[in-house]
Amino acid sequence: MITKNKQNNLLWLGLAISTILPFLFPNYITFLTYIWVMIILALTWDMLGGQTGYTSFGNILFFGVGMYVCAVVQRDMFSSGLDRFERVSEVVVNLNASEYFISLAVGTFSGALVAVFLAVILGSGILGMRGHYFAICTLGLGHAAAEIASGIEYLGAGSGMVTPIYPSGLFFGKEEFYYYALLIGAVATFFLFKKIYQSQFGLALNAIRDNENKAESMGIHTTQYKIAGWSISAFFLAIAGAGVGNVIGFIDPVEIAFSGPTFGVWMIVMAILGGKGTIWGPVLGAIILYSAKETFWTYLLGWDKVALGLLILIVVVYFPKGILGYFKERKQLSNNILSQKGES
Amino acid sequence: MITYLNILIDSPEFLAQLVINGLLVGAIFALIAYGLALIWGVMNIINFAQGEMVIFGGYLTYTLFYQFGIHPILSIPIVTVLLFVFGLLVYKAVIFRLLGEKDIFITILATFGLAILMQQLMQAIFGPDVVTANPELGMMHIFDGKVSISNIQLISFFIAAAVAIALFIIMKYSRMGQAIRATAQNPRAARILGIDIEKVYANTFAINAALCGIGGSLVVMVWTIHPFVGLVYTFRSFMIVILAGLGNFVGIIFAGMGISSLENVTGFVIGAEFQAAVIFCLLVIILVTRSIMARKKRQYIQ
Amino acid sequence: MKNYKFGVMMKSLLLAGLIASPAVIADTIKLGAAVSLSGKYSTAGNHTKKGYDLGVKYVNSMGGVAVNGKTYDLEIVYYDDESTPARGASLAERLILRDKVSFMLGPYSSGLTKAIAPVTEKHGVPMVEANGASRSLFNQGYKYMFAVLSTSEQYLQEAVNQIALKAGKPASEITVALAIENDPFSQDIRAGVLDDVNRHGMKVVIDDKLPRDLSDMTSTLVKVKALKPDLLVVSGHSKGAALSVRQMNDLGVSVNMLAMTHCESAKLHDKEKFGNLADYALCAAQWSPSVSSEGAVFGTAGNYSSIFNDTYGYVPPYQAAESTAAVIVMADAITRANSLDKDAVRDALAATDLSTFYGQIRFSEAGNNIAKPMILRQLIDGKYYVVAPANVAEAELVYPRP
Repeated sequence: MITKNKQNNLLWLGLAISTILPFLFPNYITFLTYIWVMIILALTWDMLGGQTGYTSFGNILFFGVGMYVCAVVQRDMFSSGLDRFERVSEVVVNLNASEYFISLAVGTFSGALVAVFLAVILGSGILGMRGHYFAICTLGLGHAAAEIASGIEYLGAGSGMVTPIYPSGLFFGKEEFYYYALLIGAVATFFLFKKIYQSQFGLALNAIRDNENKAESMGIHTTQYKIAGWSISAFFLAIAGAGVGNVIGFIDPVEIAFSGPTFGVWMIVMAILGGKGTIWGPVLGAIILYSAKETFWTYLLGWDKVALGLLILIVVVYFPKGILGYFKERKQLSNNILSQKGES
Repeated sequence: MITYLNILIDSPEFLAQLVINGLLVGAIFALIAYGLALIWGVMNIINFAQGEMVIFGGYLTYTLFYQFGIHPILSIPIVTVLLFVFGLLVYKAVIFRLLGEKDIFITILATFGLAILMQQLMQAIFGPDVVTANPELGMMHIFDGKVSISNIQLISFFIAAAVAIALFIIMKYSRMGQAIRATAQNPRAARILGIDIEKVYANTFAINAALCGIGGSLVVMVWTIHPFVGLVYTFRSFMIVILAGLGNFVGIIFAGMGISSLENVTGFVIGAEFQAAVIFCLLVIILVTRSIMARKKRQYIQ
Repeated sequence: MKNYKFGVMMKSLLLAGLIASPAVIADTIKLGAAVSLSGKYSTAGNHTKKGYDLGVKYVNSMGGVAVNGKTYDLEIVYYDDESTPARGASLAERLILRDKVSFMLGPYSSGLTKAIAPVTEKHGVPMVEANGASRSLFNQGYKYMFAVLSTSEQYLQEAVNQIALKAGKPASEITVALAIENDPFSQDIRAGVLDDVNRHGMKVVIDDKLPRDLSDMTSTLVKVKALKPDLLVVSGHSKGAALSVRQMNDLGVSVNMLAMTHCESAKLHDKEKFGNLADYALCAAQWSPSVSSEGAVFGTAGNYSSIFNDTYGYVPPYQAAESTAAVIVMADAITRANSLDKDAVRDALAATDLSTFYGQIRFSEAGNNIAKPMILRQLIDGKYYVVAPANVAEAELVYPRP
């Protein structure tokens, strides 16, 4: 198909365009920012879901943890805002520019570390499971996280939290800043994941997908590889979460931070739509799904969720290999007269 | 928290109230969970739309009650048949394409799509309002009126029990029941022996839908429903099946009643906001413990 | 002086029987609104949309809005926010930047308003909102957001005052139980109730936060049964209201005073569905068709109620009424500003002092309406009777709940 050289040229061209997009379409900047978020979500989900075949429904946990940890650091690092107000959800923190960016950086990084820590602890518990139990257990994790966060007063309980106000009068406005921050996040995720998948480590992950028992008997410590993969995902997912919390401006435990039915499902559907287990698939899926959702579903007043439900059904039932998988299969088919379809 | 615990110790009748209530309504959950376990065991499909089917059944009972004047309890047979047919339709439209899918989670995701679709369509058809079909059967008091049991909960319990017994007999003695059990054990051998597996699968899924329908009729009589509350029942079914272990149908009954009672008591002692979280954490802990036990024997749970 | 120009114009048009030249197709002023047409807020979202639509229809039929001698029709661009705050912000941005709406109307629920307000603020687009009552919306220093409704902490204030009056014992002996849903809006109501309870020096014996996907209240209600509080406060949108009356009956729980929110959206007054289960419950409401307020566009509250009933076939819940009021306020402000300039309209909004069928509307610095009180109604035999505050009460509160 496309040669490697050509692919790289395309990639650089895409990146160059991405950096000037906010100037070309200033009205679409939040939409564009979300595209990068979605790419991170789909890529990180694919690390386990696509590369090792372990379908996690609980990755949203790390997204929310990153969001909350970052917001707490931003709130408490330079002020003890809690003393001044009765209710956490009403705390409005005003920071000057340097305080804002220092607390944001520290918060994002701490969020990512906490997420990695959780991934290691939880992963060593549940990544030993397989199949349905793993899927349901991760589902329980995401749901439990939302419930727990809704019960903790320090985090504003069910009322959620407000992230600090972006300092005014800077060269970069809030939208531009988060656009570039998340662009960098997505690009870094992409290149790092690409490297990983080309390495020994990536091969081990794929071996787990193809036949875990065989991989194990060949001496690969599969659980450790899975934990490592999950931790890397958690790290970047938490960064995305920290960014999204600040973009939206307030955090709700159920509907934003640990929102399984939105971000949690989108990340899976995007990765599958594009083609799971590939590096470009999740990126493609994220761009297509989110653009489609934003451009035309929004006009289906009241029917947009029906469209989402139908889309999931159609993609999953008829195109489980995704767009890239579909083309790959077509190519193989033309090379090989024998049908690829296996018996159950 | 201590205060509430003291209340339970000082006045055990409140503990009795919580536990009796949990046991009675737990039977309804056990019924729904049994359906989930059935298709999980026989077809290797996890139905994420379980709760939505329950709610759908509830809306049918509600509609039959208010539009056609059929008493909610009498509507149960009608709803059972309607949901059975609905189950067959869903099977033909979606589920049979997922059979033999090596990637198990595809079924979860596909049924999740189905769940979203059903939520939205139910909202479009029945409206987003909270509804309840109150059969107004009164209540009874025991222990000097300190423990109240509404008759509908008692009747629900007996209906659930009757359905379970009927199902047991069908599974054990009927031709189709035997075919289902044979297929669950070894589909290939069943096919060789001349069992029409397609038909078995279709029937199994339809039986599950019918069970959800009965569950939904009881739910709308005991509590309230709205189009978006299905997930609660899906999650509850998962938990019951996992706690009981797949294929352990007696365990499902005890797990269903046990979880409901436990939830009532935890809600009472530590507050309603942690009720669900405690149960979810329990689920994760149970699974992890089992996984660790299995790993010691160089196995894994699947 | 200028304040009443809009009203006077409306009245004169009404009297003259629409003399504005109808042959000319009027220009339109585009308003934008993201409302919840699907998802869990969709009932209320639909009331909101109907309220907006009716408001626009009547303002337009009475000649529209005059700016600089030219009349404009109002038009609303809607999006469905799916009841999720994460979508609210991007839809607001889309409305402002892509659809180029001149002004905004609010979404349904405080959560969505919280998500949208920062966007409208940033772009300096005035927004009149009718369904975000959370008091945490009004401490953010928003300049372009105006709310026609009473804020959340006032919702059940009257109920707490009433139990202090009626209980017949010192406040320190009065016990209160709270069963309030764990979402931002309901928790704001809880904060308000707690303030009032503390002010009176009453004792909170139960303080349960109900989960958002509420399906069973047994544990909370058995606690109520055990502790027998004087006042039980339930707030959990319509599902909380419906479930609590059903289960209180099934568990044999009775309290002397039961105060709730969302009775109307839960249809507790529908005797066919709830029988008399909810009788004598106290329900907080922003507005009732029986209040004595009056304005230019719809006349009296009762008049609005019958117009709404004729159009949509049911008695307007307060969610619809306040939404219509938001449109009227917006039209009034544009007329007084006599300009489509965003800041001019913002200033006109800030100076609003308008009588409407919904009540008097006058905004504080923070943007909330300080001229209209919350009312407390008691549900008796399928009908709501205003019982507090005293100056608008139409019936005596029945206490204790039989």
